Amino acid sequence: MTALLEVTDLRVTLRTARGPADALRDVSFAMQRGDTVGLIGESGCGKSITALALMGLLPEGARVAGSIRFAGQELTSLDEDSLCALRGARIGMIFQEPMTALNPLHPIGRQIAEPLHLHQGLSAAAARAEALRLLQRVQLPQAEKRLDAYPHQMSGGQRQRVVIAIALACGPDLLIADEPTTALDVTIQREVLDLIAELVAEDGMGLLLISHDLGVMAETVQRMLVMYGGTVVESGPTAEVFRHLAHPYTRGLFAARPRLGMARGTRLATIPGRVPELADLPLGCPFAERCAFVAEDCRRALPPPVAVGPRHQARCIRLDAMAKAADE
Amino acid sequence: MSEPPLLEVRELVKHYRLPRERLLAPPPLVRAVQGLSFTLQAGRSLGVVGESGSGKSTLARLVMALEPPTSGEVRLDGQDLNALTPAALRAAREKLQMVFQDPYGSLDPRRTILQTVSEPLRVLHGAPLAEQRERAAEVLDAVGLRSSDLAKYPHEFSGGQRQRIAIARALITQPRLIVADEPVSALDVSVQAQVLNLMQDLQDKFGLALLFISHDLAVVDMVCDEVIVLYQGRIVERGEPDTLFHRAAHPYTRALLQAVPRLQPGAARAPRRAPLQAPGSARPGEGCVFAPRCSFATERCHVERPLLREAGAGHVRHEAACHLAERVAALPGGDG
Repeated sequence: MTALLEVTDLRVTLRTARGPADALRDVSFAMQRGDTVGLIGESGCGKSITALALMGLLPEGARVAGSIRFAGQELTSLDEDSLCALRGARIGMIFQEPMTALNPLHPIGRQIAEPLHLHQGLSAAAARAEALRLLQRVQLPQAEKRLDAYPHQMSGGQRQRVVIAIALACGPDLLIADEPTTALDVTIQREVLDLIAELVAEDGMGLLLISHDLGVMAETVQRMLVMYGGTVVESGPTAEVFRHLAHPYTRGLFAARPRLGMARGTRLATIPGRVPELADLPLGCPFAERCAFVAEDCRRALPPPVAVGPRHQARCIRLDAMAKAADE
Repeated sequence: MSEPPLLEVRELVKHYRLPRERLLAPPPLVRAVQGLSFTLQAGRSLGVVGESGSGKSTLARLVMALEPPTSGEVRLDGQDLNALTPAALRAAREKLQMVFQDPYGSLDPRRTILQTVSEPLRVLHGAPLAEQRERAAEVLDAVGLRSSDLAKYPHEFSGGQRQRIAIARALITQPRLIVADEPVSALDVSVQAQVLNLMQDLQDKFGLALLFISHDLAVVDMVCDEVIVLYQGRIVERGEPDTLFHRAAHPYTRALLQAVPRLQPGAARAPRRAPLQAPGSARPGEGCVFAPRCSFATERCHVERPLLREAGAGHVRHEAACHLAERVAALPGGDG
């Protein structure tokens, strides 16, 4: 069976003021319809660049090497027109900030109808009827009355529902959600995540969820990819990644997170140093500078993915040393 | 509690008038803060938790005397900030500093770190340049930066470092109270941990009182001695974090706690409910503001507003504004 999405050795080089910078290095993963996959990492780790590369929306002057196959079709060599035909039709996208994703000058009904009109050639009346059905599906209260409402008349959670309706309009095979709930309050976040999970399960699409929040990952995706310094440092089934925390960065990320029930005065474990700039990524492991287990070999070349368990890998050549330290 | 409080907020109310929607219609009124009262002792930390629109940022601006309240008082060391002359208020500001959420927006990109950090000294005292430089180097050292950073500009620093600079600027007047409005929510997890540790260290070292505003319950739990939960401009629950998060007595606090994603992969999702009714739909003046979203609400909740009252076992202060507080607090798993 052809994978819905197959990314192989993806490398993206951006043009920056300080010369070319490798924003992504050797990123590989695959997913089927119905799979839910999470990309987690901190700012500058390359998770949004990955999404943009999949959509063919990289900034001007970016160079792409490696392969992105969507339902068997190679995307990296596709021209802009063919990409346009895919985006919004077979690949839907949900953005972080619903206010900027929506056009403030158009009523929401028209914005949902636009992809239907564009990709499926529906008439104005049919598109409007379909827009209403979509708004009901994302459970916007009083959907009929809201078709002619403008984005500013809605709350953040309602706007995000509209963005989801637009992403779903043409029945995509793959839904990419880039920090879909980061701008929302925690109770609204819960509702929107539940909605996305339910819609994905109903339609059997693939979901690629991008987030910096471990909790959001734990509850929403079956498999997760931990990104750092432009590469995937750990990947595996969510439960396995949470159980083993194989890569030192994954471990640091977990330890740094405040948890309910920590007594006042508790000191959080921190990761020393800072995220490397993409323009001067080291030759070897991007985490080496901040890692407690670093060895000479780590700085020589990007460590290869090492198997930790079934379908669970970490790009670390010091797994043995870590395991030993944990035992002692 | 015999000492007079450092900060006392009494019956604080702030209404904003919006532009008229129609020529002859009365201008709509936003009741951002509706009668808040609390005190904060020197050296202690009070967390303020709530979602957008709960009035937490308005509260921060009122406590900082950046705008006058519609009614009520903000007293610092017994002085009502809004009754002071402009000169006296300026002097009082020495004791009162603020750290903002966005470390990119809160630092002037065209000023050096020295200019930014020492500005409060210049404005408040007209301190000589040598003293400004010396004090600025001291506070930078306290937040873990180097004095060689003084000549640099904000763009040379990462988000976490910028937030350290903002904290250094707040420390330079040797304040007694720092109001921090979401100080770590714009930061990455690993950097957030560094800044939270720093804030706790500084609080202990300088005996600062902290009014810590956040939407993140885990962060508040870690940093604060006491927590107030705001909903639509009112306190719905208050208590020590431990009590509040284990025996939450207000349904809104429970809803907040339950919405926090858990670190348990594959944990069964609760069956989905219909979306909660948007806040703001309750008519003012009647009933509990949370009743339209509340799964416990009874007839009484819709007609009689619950007042903040004792809800705990008595030995620790724990108050909730809910008719059913005892029933809610007795429910299992306040922390999920």
